[in-house]
Amino acid sequence: MPEVDLRQQTVRDLNEALHRLSRQTNETDWQVLHPNGQHSLAVGIDAPVTVRIKGHVGYYCAGMNKDATVIIDGNAGVGCAENMMSGRVHVKGDVSQAAGATAQGGLLIVDGNASARCGISMKGADIVVKGNIGPMSAFMAQAGNLVVLGDAGEALGDSLYETRIFVRGAVKSLGADCVEKPMGEEEKAILSQVLELAGIADDVRPEAFRFYGSARRLYHFNVDHAEEY
Amino acid sequence: MSRTLPRFSATFDPYTISQIQRAAATGIYDIRGAGAKRKLPHFDDLLFLGASISRYPLEGYREKCGTNVVLGARFAKKPIELKIPITLAGMSFGALSANAKEALGLAATAMGTSTTTGDGGMTSEERQSSKTLVYQYLPSRYGMNPDDLRKADAIEVVIGQGAKPGGGGMLLGQKITPRVARMRVLPEGIDQRSACRHPDWTGPDDLEIKIGELREITDWEKPIYVKVGASRPYYDTALAVKSGADVVVLDGMQGGTAATQEVFIENVGLPILAAIRPAVQALQDLDMHRKVQLIVSGGIRTGADVAKALALGADAVAIGTAALIALGDNDPRHAAEYAELGTEPGAYDDWHEGNDPAGITTQRPELTARLDPETAGRRLRNYLSVLTLEAQTIARACGKSHVHNLEPEDLVALTVEAAAMAGVPLAGTNWIPGTPLG
Repeated sequence: MPEVDLRQQTVRDLNEALHRLSRQTNETDWQVLHPNGQHSLAVGIDAPVTVRIKGHVGYYCAGMNKDATVIIDGNAGVGCAENMMSGRVHVKGDVSQAAGATAQGGLLIVDGNASARCGISMKGADIVVKGNIGPMSAFMAQAGNLVVLGDAGEALGDSLYETRIFVRGAVKSLGADCVEKPMGEEEKAILSQVLELAGIADDVRPEAFRFYGSARRLYHFNVDHAEEY
Repeated sequence: MSRTLPRFSATFDPYTISQIQRAAATGIYDIRGAGAKRKLPHFDDLLFLGASISRYPLEGYREKCGTNVVLGARFAKKPIELKIPITLAGMSFGALSANAKEALGLAATAMGTSTTTGDGGMTSEERQSSKTLVYQYLPSRYGMNPDDLRKADAIEVVIGQGAKPGGGGMLLGQKITPRVARMRVLPEGIDQRSACRHPDWTGPDDLEIKIGELREITDWEKPIYVKVGASRPYYDTALAVKSGADVVVLDGMQGGTAATQEVFIENVGLPILAAIRPAVQALQDLDMHRKVQLIVSGGIRTGADVAKALALGADAVAIGTAALIALGDNDPRHAAEYAELGTEPGAYDDWHEGNDPAGITTQRPELTARLDPETAGRRLRNYLSVLTLEAQTIARACGKSHVHNLEPEDLVALTVEAAAMAGVPLAGTNWIPGTPLG
């Protein structure tokens, strides 16, 4: 198993090595030691490999990931898995702000809590947070699913487009144009699928969640909704 | 004569009255395209001194006057070299038709310069037609993906633009066609609002880390630009340099937009004339002038404007509105159709409505088909040639063997305001407002 010790090697060394991998590589399991909160670890990977990072990471870990599985045995800083295209990022600890920002595909799992703006402008990814999420999460979120087992902070889903938000706990407040909707069979099936992907379908029932989506009142500029803008 | 002539108010002039009447009728702010239309201190207020006994000129057709510029040599492994110091500013597919984007790419490639994507991602047409393509990294991140990032020749992190510093983009429903919607992951036909700030960083310390991430993803190959709307040019330039930018792009309030509130366009930001010298001063204070390149935009129309911007310390300029005009925007041959839209050639700015008879700022197939990319690209190529020749003409007259050798000492100002903003003497005096009389 290739191992990169960031006490001896640089972030550049790590990313360069990961970018050299072809999609048919045999070096599919990587381990990164002593990350010590450094930024931009394992960013821009474009190969179906697994990278396990043993410790806390800084900003933008696994940013723009394609097809890789990145496991972080620790906490992650701002923008973890930002603009992820596909693959899987699993944070065993907590994540800071803007986790999964603009992510277009793939699955981000956070075992702990996520700070503010989790899933901001997300564009198709699935995000599962086992703890709580902070304020302004799913702000202007466009597509995909945000699943929260704990509570959500204020202004959830502000200016939401078509992301589906499922929250099992309490929601402090909803943002502009975000409303609670009845969970139909279609949403329940989608939620079940995401829980399955996250490996928690046996422990968590879809019926325990409430479903939030866009009221679509802001889709067209309208003087009667001026107070919402 | 028993009555005076009807007297119009200077305060409540006919246009202002029409604004009030429109607001009362609709209840919502006016949205339009283009940049500030009000009269502003501009390059017209500057003159070149030319050669004299103490400065001798270069022969117009025989002695070389260089125009090339290298962008991004500070950190990028693959800086880009342009043959002319005139680039094409970021304009999105969505705001513009695919044919217009292709025409921009063809012209830029023919002239050895770059073109730039916009808020909506990179189209295959523009990548194919553009030898040197700058990929914008915007707050919305519409269409952003690492494959296109790697295909780009440079990356431009957009913090703001001159028409609306502090504002996000708009694209109204008429232009959100299935292809535009798919690229932006939006429902078709909605009035799209782009974010006004980036989703995953705040402030210069974060920006430095973000730029670091982009460099890591692209293996430190690509030049990274930071684009700001002109508002606090000294500090924004200094902070962009501190954050690790290779190039700073500074856009004045005359710079165009696809769609923004009229009140925003006309009342927020600085004219480019007022912004260049503070930005250059910041670069000089950091010993980064000519090491970090400065591209300025917003109201560049002629080779004289290009030369003046360079003389004030810019390394290159970017054009947007002028490029669209060269493609065919506001052409008098569409006068009858402009009249149907309630406007006339020279004043058409409802680019957001998607009814452009010239086929440029529209997604309607019957209108976009009117713009032949080859023909329109040829017009823009001609225009870029003229800009370059004009700038060289002036540079030679000032005795410069390269347009970058133009300097503030070659300029004077016609007004006190322009003298103060440009930091050059009022014509006929040695007085630069804000400095001691010497």
